[in-house]
Amino acid sequence: MADAQTDIVMRAEGISMIYPGTVALNAVDYRVHRGKVNVIIGENGAGKSTLMKILAGVQQPSSGRIFLNEAPVTFSSTRDAASHGVGMVHQELNLFGNLSVAENIFLGREKQRGLMPLDTTEQHRITRELMARLNQAIEPSELLANLKVGQQQLIEIAKALADQADVLILDEPTSALSKTEVELLFEVIRDLTAQGVSIIYISHRLEELMAIGDHITILRDGNLQSEALIKDIDVPWIVREMLGNDPVSDFLPAERTFGDPVLEVRDLTLVSPTGLTLVDDVSFDVKAGEIVGIYGLMGAGRTELMECLLGLQRYVGDITLSGTAVNEATSTSERIQRGMCLVPEDRKKNGIFPVSSVSNNMTISSLWRRLKHRFTIDETAEAQAVETAIKGLSIKVSSPEIEIRALSGGNQQKVVIGRTLLTDPKMLLLDEPTRGIDIGAKGDVFNMMVSLSQKGIGVLFSTSDLKEIMAVSDRILVMSGGKLTANVSRHDATESALVSASAQGL
Amino acid sequence: MNTPNEHATKSASMLSKDNLLLLVLKLRTFIALFLIVGFFTAMVPGFLEPSSLIIMVKHIAINAFLALGITFVIITAGIDLSIGAILGFCGMVAGWLITKGIVLPMLGIAIFPSIWLVVPMVLVIGGLIGAVNGFLITRYNVAPFICTLGTMYVVRGAAMLLSGGETFTGLSGNPQLGNTGFEEIGSGKLLGLPYAIWMMFVLAAVIAYIAKKTQFGRHVFAIGDNEHSAELSGVKVNKVKVWVYTISGLCAALAGIVVSSQLVASHPATGIAFEMNAIAAVVLGGTSLAGGRGSITGTLIGAFVIGILADGLVMMGVSEFWQMVVKGVVIIVAVIIDQKQNRLQHKAAIVKQT
Repeated sequence: MADAQTDIVMRAEGISMIYPGTVALNAVDYRVHRGKVNVIIGENGAGKSTLMKILAGVQQPSSGRIFLNEAPVTFSSTRDAASHGVGMVHQELNLFGNLSVAENIFLGREKQRGLMPLDTTEQHRITRELMARLNQAIEPSELLANLKVGQQQLIEIAKALADQADVLILDEPTSALSKTEVELLFEVIRDLTAQGVSIIYISHRLEELMAIGDHITILRDGNLQSEALIKDIDVPWIVREMLGNDPVSDFLPAERTFGDPVLEVRDLTLVSPTGLTLVDDVSFDVKAGEIVGIYGLMGAGRTELMECLLGLQRYVGDITLSGTAVNEATSTSERIQRGMCLVPEDRKKNGIFPVSSVSNNMTISSLWRRLKHRFTIDETAEAQAVETAIKGLSIKVSSPEIEIRALSGGNQQKVVIGRTLLTDPKMLLLDEPTRGIDIGAKGDVFNMMVSLSQKGIGVLFSTSDLKEIMAVSDRILVMSGGKLTANVSRHDATESALVSASAQGL
Repeated sequence: MNTPNEHATKSASMLSKDNLLLLVLKLRTFIALFLIVGFFTAMVPGFLEPSSLIIMVKHIAINAFLALGITFVIITAGIDLSIGAILGFCGMVAGWLITKGIVLPMLGIAIFPSIWLVVPMVLVIGGLIGAVNGFLITRYNVAPFICTLGTMYVVRGAAMLLSGGETFTGLSGNPQLGNTGFEEIGSGKLLGLPYAIWMMFVLAAVIAYIAKKTQFGRHVFAIGDNEHSAELSGVKVNKVKVWVYTISGLCAALAGIVVSSQLVASHPATGIAFEMNAIAAVVLGGTSLAGGRGSITGTLIGAFVIGILADGLVMMGVSEFWQMVVKGVVIIVAVIIDQKQNRLQHKAAIVKQT
């Protein structure tokens, strides 16, 4: 197929999206090529998701126009976009395990009139057609929960296709898939493009993009950075375009000295109840006063690794904390008392106690340190500790008695960090500590990590942001598919090497 | 600059109005208590006579034992439906121990423990039943509602089986066996007030102390607020939960002892639907069924509101059927106000924060 023949099915012109305080998209022009896989990539916060949400009708742009087959359109809702043939498959699956495949596909638009019963025959007929299009031998009456994750992903695609989708947006469709499932998905994508469906494909996995993509668009800080044909470019070019050449801000002072290892991990393996290897034979050390960053994509096993370290998962392997072994049966609370503490990734779900006061949120992990007669909480000492922590972390709070849910995300995060500090940790684990907080608070968090490390605390943190990992790590670990694929000192690390290590084995 | 100032004063005045409302809402159980007492004082002659007050508070004490015990359970976002049954069962066990003793067939004798042994034994049995609840809930991940519904039936059935549905009478014991004095618990007085009333206040003080001043209390609130976070913060969630249900069972056993001592008899059907009154008192006291929020004083006041309402209506001669309707309405209104308070409190916190 010659390039001249490919035309533009969808076009966005001067799309801007302005939120109070930030410009998520700045006059972006975007083109979707008909019958091609249009890859879009950018760092977290570059604006890809916002752009996709606008194209799929989830959000309405502040300004700019969208053309479908050169006719101007506006989408007031996802339903509206779907009726124009634009469908989106979100990263998280929106499916119901207790319903059949056909019921999932027709949820909310069941074939039914008035008081008549559901037209199951018709629903099953259409489902069977869709499955044939996707080359899948899945029975329409099969319970969704019985399907593998990869197949469930295809059901999401089938849902979009049932709406006669012409343009299909896939948001990180492979983040939960195994290697063979990814192959299957790629076959389906190739089939669909051959049928004339245009695909917009978002992913962080560069190797994957190179394998499946036709056109690539790179966004950076809300601007369109560049467009190219995949066959003309290579991975280092993408990394360069994605990150730009701005110098990475550096939070670390020049001279860094480390002590003895605080945390030694040997052959740590975690197998999920379903038989997936989530953490695969990982070994590393963290020295006193050292900041170690773990870089990796979603599903690389970073969170699971941290959960193993804190004893929240049933793992196999040896963990040594300040020279004494921590065995598998050591409870979380004992690990905390021995000096290991975690700031979890999902603050809302695993971090805060929303209706409790800031003060109670902060001291819950360290009550054992301030007891009178080993029983009663020493309230004076507690108030003092809270006050010191609030000052030390510059938390903006009118009173420590206020409910934590009234605070901004950044301040909530600082309270959670304060909670770990009050336990007087030797080894601090931070899982994506900068997720969902503003840039100012990010800087505060990094500075705090550095000053803690200077007090001799070992710090292990994870992030999926390359700039962050370069900014505050003394040493960088890269995880991919549960394995440790790189363990380099920061001075020897290059961004493209980290990116390719993060995609190893996928 | 004019507008920002104006805006500021406007929001400040709104704030103070909201704050006043919030204060009123926070003290609502207190206010409700005063209103109810005032209302009945006006409507029922001699309502405030010490003798009738003491009788009322004696009634309230039974419900308060159960309500205080179940407050921790509800703060962890759980529920315990078995407390009424535990009350009945423990009363029966006490009756059995006093009237029949511990029969040892192989030796052909029966041991009649003294009251000083009977009471602790019954309390331990109540606590153990609670611990079984907690164990089933944490170990086998059974929903608290279902689990305690099940134990409610089992325990009630067991109470019936103990006597074949009959009442144990004559719990005053036998001087020759040295097990007299059980009825003292129900009828004895200290400084003119029945023991039950003193026990209620002491229990409330102990539970309030645990809630406010101990690690365990903080952990209870943390579990109800966010169990995942609690786990990650090093709270031994399962252990705390087992204890919470144990306390609930223990308090129900205490109520069972007091009731059967007051009646000097134990009947296996005693305490049916008592758990509902206890839950109502807890909710009236501002403890959220969703967990994480609650107060012990609130529960105590809630028990007073429910008790005074019930006895007051009786004294006014209102029919039993209307009493039910009134109680139901009061509970629903209380929960609606609670929701309103939550929203206002959240709003006030945000305003204060910014």
